[in-house]
Amino acid sequence: MRRKKTLLALLTMLACSSLMFAGTVSGKVTYTGTPVRQKPIDMSKEPSCAKQHATPITTETVVTGPNNALDNVVVYISSGAPDDGQVPSQTITYTQKGCQYIPHVLPMHVDQEFEILNDDQTSHNIHPQPKINVEWNKSQPPGTPPIKEKYDKPEFIPVKCNIHPWMHGWFVVLKTSHFDVSKDGGDFKLPDLPPGKYTVTAWHEDYGTQTADVTITGSETKDVNFTFKAKAY
Amino acid sequence: MRFSSAILVIAILGLLTALAFAQDEPVVGPKPPVVVKPMESHIGNITGHAVDAKSDYRRYCAGCHGDYGDANGENAVWLDPKPRDFTIATFKCRSTLTGTLPTDQDLFDTIGRGLTNSNMPIWNTFTKQQRADLVAYIKIFSPRWDKEKAGTPISIPAEPPVTIESISHGQALFAKLECWKCHGTHGEGDGPSASTLTDSKDNPIRPYNFALGGNDSRFKCGSTNQDIYKIFMTGVDGTPMPSFADVIQPNDAWDLVHFLRTLQVHRHSKENEVLMGAHGVIPPYQDKGAPHAAAPADNKAPDGGQ
Repeated sequence: MRRKKTLLALLTMLACSSLMFAGTVSGKVTYTGTPVRQKPIDMSKEPSCAKQHATPITTETVVTGPNNALDNVVVYISSGAPDDGQVPSQTITYTQKGCQYIPHVLPMHVDQEFEILNDDQTSHNIHPQPKINVEWNKSQPPGTPPIKEKYDKPEFIPVKCNIHPWMHGWFVVLKTSHFDVSKDGGDFKLPDLPPGKYTVTAWHEDYGTQTADVTITGSETKDVNFTFKAKAY
Repeated sequence: MRFSSAILVIAILGLLTALAFAQDEPVVGPKPPVVVKPMESHIGNITGHAVDAKSDYRRYCAGCHGDYGDANGENAVWLDPKPRDFTIATFKCRSTLTGTLPTDQDLFDTIGRGLTNSNMPIWNTFTKQQRADLVAYIKIFSPRWDKEKAGTPISIPAEPPVTIESISHGQALFAKLECWKCHGTHGEGDGPSASTLTDSKDNPIRPYNFALGGNDSRFKCGSTNQDIYKIFMTGVDGTPMPSFADVIQPNDAWDLVHFLRTLQVHRHSKENEVLMGAHGVIPPYQDKGAPHAAAPADNKAPDGGQ
């Protein structure tokens, strides 16, 4: 019995120490070249949404910031992460507001529950179009409860609303809980990485994927930057 | 000098010919055989066997749906809407919730009924056994049928009587749920979003025009009131038509069915008779409190704004 307790204590210490020495991968996503100009969206057919935007919004296929920063890039550990299979318990949300998807890209773990909300005064239909997972299509009028869903296979799934054809977004279903989306100037951060060798993948909906190998040896922050070549059109 | 250029030309020509022959030869001869898994279907007391539908499928179905069920039959390129791709196992006509597999009965009915406004004819020339065998055969193309069971059919309560009040409430729901965004205010398939619609394979697709057709007009997934109920509650998967199962109460759904019937202006129906009895005018919906508390907003201007 005492042996068991000692073993348990040792294991707990080991687990704590691996977290104490957890490293971080952080960096910036940028682009080179000239990205295609985003098209303005005409929401005049949906006045309740149009009036939520003081200035007309544009498509969000490529969202950039100062100093060639590239936002909305999903950066994740594609191999080497030891905790694959651990589904994060927190529920994440995908909100339809002003006839836009917020966030534009929603990364999630396989089997992680997410909620879809309609904050608009108009009906939307949520129509994700997976090729590997199961396709469904649900109506969500204003004031109706959140739609709760999850996906059981990793996939990059485009999401659309057929009623408002300008609405486009992404569900990114991953086999890891180590993911982030570049934002506020292309920054991303993947904390809590125990020592080990990892492959970090960056995915952009228009520019494709890039990978980088990184080794974490202890409690350190490794800088990994990604630079995508902008498509002219 | 001239002689050497001639040799050069011959050499280049020879090289080009060699290159042409060196390219991959086109695939000729028999295609790899279709592996017929031992799938079954159960319709009433009939059991369908995939293996028994092999010749029927090749003769009657493969021309559009393809030998491999991938919607790449030789006629497919000429068809609009495109044939169903059985490798995805997404089906339009279901009694089951969106995203789930249809029941054997659903597929059996679809084959027998055909799909109006498409090239899928009414296969009433088949025996029930042949249809059941074909239902089983469709299942060999997608691994979903190996792992998943068909969804549970939605429960449909008994239809309440058709009254001008139920039609009026149905009209209010048609406005509130914004069916008109695609189907148009008169159900003529000309709503503001109609021209932008595409199916899940990015092919343009039209919303259903209720007003078109005469007394024999039917929907893609049937022609009875129960069929209409099922269509909007379960959605038409693979198309922009979503499922409303989570947002319409069963009795409200019947009211919507009654209103939708009145959009079929050339079709004799109980609903059109009731409407005629009211001099062809649908009165504005009067909210009588719960359970339709949200309904007063129904007849708002289409902008839906506040």
